[in-house]
Amino acid sequence: MSETAGQQHPIGIYLKIWLLLFVLSTFSYLVDYFHLEGFLRWSLILLFMFLKAGFIIAIFMHLTWERLSLKYVLFLPLLAIAVLIALMSIEGDHTHLMRLTFFDE
Amino acid sequence: MDTRTREDSYTEPGVSGMVADWAADKQAFDMPWGKLMMWIFLLSDTFIFSIFLTSYMNVRMSATAEWPNPSEVFALEIAGVHLPLILIAIMTFVLITSSGTMAMAVNCAYRRDRRKTVWLMTATALLGASFVGMQAFEWTKLIVEEGVRPWGNPMGAAQFGSTFFMITGFHGMHVTAGVIYLAIVARRVAKGRYEQKGYAIVEIAGLYWHFVDLVWVFIFAFFYLW
Repeated sequence: MSETAGQQHPIGIYLKIWLLLFVLSTFSYLVDYFHLEGFLRWSLILLFMFLKAGFIIAIFMHLTWERLSLKYVLFLPLLAIAVLIALMSIEGDHTHLMRLTFFDE
Repeated sequence: MDTRTREDSYTEPGVSGMVADWAADKQAFDMPWGKLMMWIFLLSDTFIFSIFLTSYMNVRMSATAEWPNPSEVFALEIAGVHLPLILIAIMTFVLITSSGTMAMAVNCAYRRDRRKTVWLMTATALLGASFVGMQAFEWTKLIVEEGVRPWGNPMGAAQFGSTFFMITGFHGMHVTAGVIYLAIVARRVAKGRYEQKGYAIVEIAGLYWHFVDLVWVFIFAFFYLW
């Protein structure tokens, strides 16, 4: 490898993202603190989660500046996980229904 | 062999660049092999944690007994004030802070500022160690005071304990391994071992550390907040 092949960005961007992650974490904590319920609770939890995860991957792990070749290697396999989640939620629902029908006292 | 020089063979952006990376007679990934292997490892680790979290979703959906409310289970009394989830929130902030110091350590390493790199990596490892310490406290409280066991608990669905110990335990193990990894790399940076080889190793260690933080984001959302 060429010796300078490394990620080099101004340090200020890390401080900004750090601050942003702090704010987003505070928001997700407040979702619980204020006892938000139902659809609002779940959508806010997911929103803050994906924002935090996105900033960590994009900036801290430098994926924004990587080649598309690597991005595809990392993100295409995740489709399999999406399929697994879908299948397991169907299965979980089914098991729940069966337990209620046959085992609930 | 491609007639272009090595540098500009990786400059073409987008899909045509990706096709060139994969199809041309050259190395597909423009990075040190160690970094690529870390990415592949992290992808496999993503699958492990995804499977844990998916199985947690599955047993929580199928449980007929009521799921214990994590907001109350993990609440603490601090100076007489009842605070839900406060320890978990503090652990989250500690881990995010350690990710911030790690990102800056990578930056300093590539600028060959060894002193700052070692200092920032040590801070990262110490924050990680304090995270593990708080987790040990959390586990102790849960086992001794709340009576949570992998096979049951007084608050509700028995599956709560097994998924909790499995998921947070596996994550805690990753943090512990990361602390050791960072300590070893920091020591070698201090000794000047990478002056010749270059400092990609700090970025590689950083990828692992950010991943541990990343997994915690998902555990925090799905296990503690949901």
